[in-house]
Amino acid sequence: MTITYLSRETMPKDEQDHPVMVKVEDLNVFYGKFKALSEINMQIQARKITAIIGPSGCGKSTLLRSFNRMNDLTPSARIEGKIYLDGQDMYQRDVDVVDVRRRIGMVFQRPNPFPKSIYDNVSYGPRLYGIQKKRDLDDIVENSLRQAALWEEVKDKLGVSGLSLSGGQQQRLCIARALAVQPEVVLMDEPASALDPISTLRIEELMHDLVKDYTIIIVTHNMQQAARVSDFTAMMMIDDKRSGRMIEFDATNTIFTNPRDKRTEEYVTGRFG
Amino acid sequence: MMSVRSTFETDIQQLKDELLTLGSIVEQQILNAVAALEKRDLEGSKLIKETDIKVNAKRYAIEQKVLISIATQQPMAHDLRLLASILEIAGELERIGDYAKGIATINLRMGEEALLKPFNKIPPMAEKAVNMLHRSLTAFINEDINEARRIPADDDVVDGYYQEIYQELMNLIIEDHNTMQKTNWLIWTAHNLERVADRVTNICERTVFTATGELREIRSSSDS
Amino acid sequence: MNNIKNIIEAQGLKRKQRRKTANAIMLALTGLLTIIALIPLFWIIGYVVIRGGKSITPGFFTQLPKPLGMGGGGVLHAIEGTIIVSFLATLFAIPPGVLAAFYAARNPNTPLGIALRFGTDVLAGVPSIVIGLFGYAIVVKPQGHYSALAGGVALAILMLPTIIRTTEEMLKLVPASLREGSLALGAPEWKTSLSVLFPAALNGIITGFLLSIARAAGETAPLLFTALGNERFDLATIIKGGIAGHQTIFQILGRIFDQPIDSLPLTLWKYAQMPYPERVDQAWGVALVLMILVLVTNMIARIWIEIRKKRLRG
Repeated sequence: MTITYLSRETMPKDEQDHPVMVKVEDLNVFYGKFKALSEINMQIQARKITAIIGPSGCGKSTLLRSFNRMNDLTPSARIEGKIYLDGQDMYQRDVDVVDVRRRIGMVFQRPNPFPKSIYDNVSYGPRLYGIQKKRDLDDIVENSLRQAALWEEVKDKLGVSGLSLSGGQQQRLCIARALAVQPEVVLMDEPASALDPISTLRIEELMHDLVKDYTIIIVTHNMQQAARVSDFTAMMMIDDKRSGRMIEFDATNTIFTNPRDKRTEEYVTGRFG
Repeated sequence: MMSVRSTFETDIQQLKDELLTLGSIVEQQILNAVAALEKRDLEGSKLIKETDIKVNAKRYAIEQKVLISIATQQPMAHDLRLLASILEIAGELERIGDYAKGIATINLRMGEEALLKPFNKIPPMAEKAVNMLHRSLTAFINEDINEARRIPADDDVVDGYYQEIYQELMNLIIEDHNTMQKTNWLIWTAHNLERVADRVTNICERTVFTATGELREIRSSSDS
Repeated sequence: MNNIKNIIEAQGLKRKQRRKTANAIMLALTGLLTIIALIPLFWIIGYVVIRGGKSITPGFFTQLPKPLGMGGGGVLHAIEGTIIVSFLATLFAIPPGVLAAFYAARNPNTPLGIALRFGTDVLAGVPSIVIGLFGYAIVVKPQGHYSALAGGVALAILMLPTIIRTTEEMLKLVPASLREGSLALGAPEWKTSLSVLFPAALNGIITGFLLSIARAAGETAPLLFTALGNERFDLATIIKGGIAGHQTIFQILGRIFDQPIDSLPLTLWKYAQMPYPERVDQAWGVALVLMILVLVTNMIARIWIEIRKKRLRG
């Protein structure tokens, strides 16, 4: 019997020509004595959307926050291993954490606009980096709000408090605020979990537009969202020592139609208890 | 112990049961069609044609159920492949049902005419084909990929029958041109049965796909 | 299962009547006690209004005291004094208070943070007269004279615990996500505190400040040994004289802050003890003015809160 080969998803990890934006190498993250993440290895491709999924408490957010060194804010946090941003190890001694956070922006689960006007919210970041002229700030504010698909709705009320917007608008404002500092990577920690379904779909559409210019890494509980939105998916789980590990990392299409690891299969089909 | 998705799993079990039921009906249709042809049972053939309406209806019922499951349960990975395969196989079974209907139609067209001698190879051919079908459905339900990979080999046996019948009928036509009408009908009957075996091969490929995620053709060695 | 349901239903009717009676009794009782609690309030207000009302004339607010026996005159000096001393107290209390609160909120578990919280609680319990004595010891004695400056220092110490506590509470109420949002943009901690946390907590901080100022303005004991009192204080004269004499603004300010000064509570305290009926009457007038002052400050605080709320809604 001869076998003719019909179809199989080509694994994009084999694509040698696609640039890697973030590379994680043997990452271990500790909170005091507790090892929250173990031996994480992954490569995030530039200008693609990578989703991180897994059951609650598996360390998805910890991993995400390692990318922009937000874990530094927890006094007991300590990391081993390396995280490279565009070839540069971000945890080296002489690296300016402020610069890391400019290049890697973050959008949080609950929208957290500052209690300032819409304009001041978006211009907060650029002002930090020395941009003072009103004309420049005006341009940046408009540009960022356009990219976040919010400009048309708020262009006539830029002086109004950011808190007066609806939930979905607030989240887009936070996205605009993050984009205003021209990051290279945008991290999103369950960005739509606090929003209604229509706002959620809007944010997802937004991600499709943004990915042309930015590398996006998203943590999500919502598997259908990960399936809809991402190019690559990383599956995480805790081991028997309650430390988070990466179980599988592959093209999204593969993860959701034919994952290799049984645990991934159990999780995506909802058999995971 | 209730699984996290027991509603969904109940749905899947029901779909599998209905697929097997459709399979049984279709298997019976083939056997009955050939038997009616053998016994020149015109009433029997009419019954087969009526039953085919039910076959089509059942196929569409299964399709509906699968679509609803996909829309409401967001199946992934294995579940998704299983449901997609059920859709495909239901379609294949319906076409096999059409082959049975075809044979019944031939019987009605032949009417009072007597059968030609090579007909004696038809019943064993049908039995073989139906046997292949039955085994393939069982293999699908059990996700037995080894069995699924073995079954298409029997296609050679069915093809063998077809070649023999064809040869004999060609000889008959050369001897006596007037038998051409009956020859044609017989060839069509054999052809329908041969197509059943081909469909069974598709079903076996779907079994392998559901289990492994690979969609590959399983070719028997007699294909060129 | 059904049995229990029947029992409950049967009991229900009996209990219903009992419940209604109990409700009525409690309502009457709480209403009565509320009225009793309000009696002193209205009594005081009524008494002060009646006794002090006749002293309230326009002149009361715009004139300096006239010598006894001449009739009329006002407490302008005391009003100016209260404002000046309160202003100084604000100046001295707000910066250290707010900054200390920021430190305590950010580092609650460091030795300094714990000491701060403990110290604030202790300071809040110190009698105001002791604070006055302290002010005397550290300002009046070295300087050699009483002054508005000393009074400001004493009142500032009085206000400090409240300002620190309120500011710290308000900062704690600011959601952590706001801080994270700022830090994630690359802002350093100090900028985050200044530009994001402080404005977010500002509402509460200002309310706390207004309330503590209202209290401090009504304090007498701290000013006894620090500001002393000064019936001849005349702001207008000082300023006019200073301009005429081509003095610098610092010199003029120096003259204002560096001499003994009166305040409304001090004046009340003095006048009420004098054997002269017209002074006693004026004391009642001052009491009324003080009450109105407290009322107005509280209203300003509330109006401010409402304005900020409305602006937030956009």
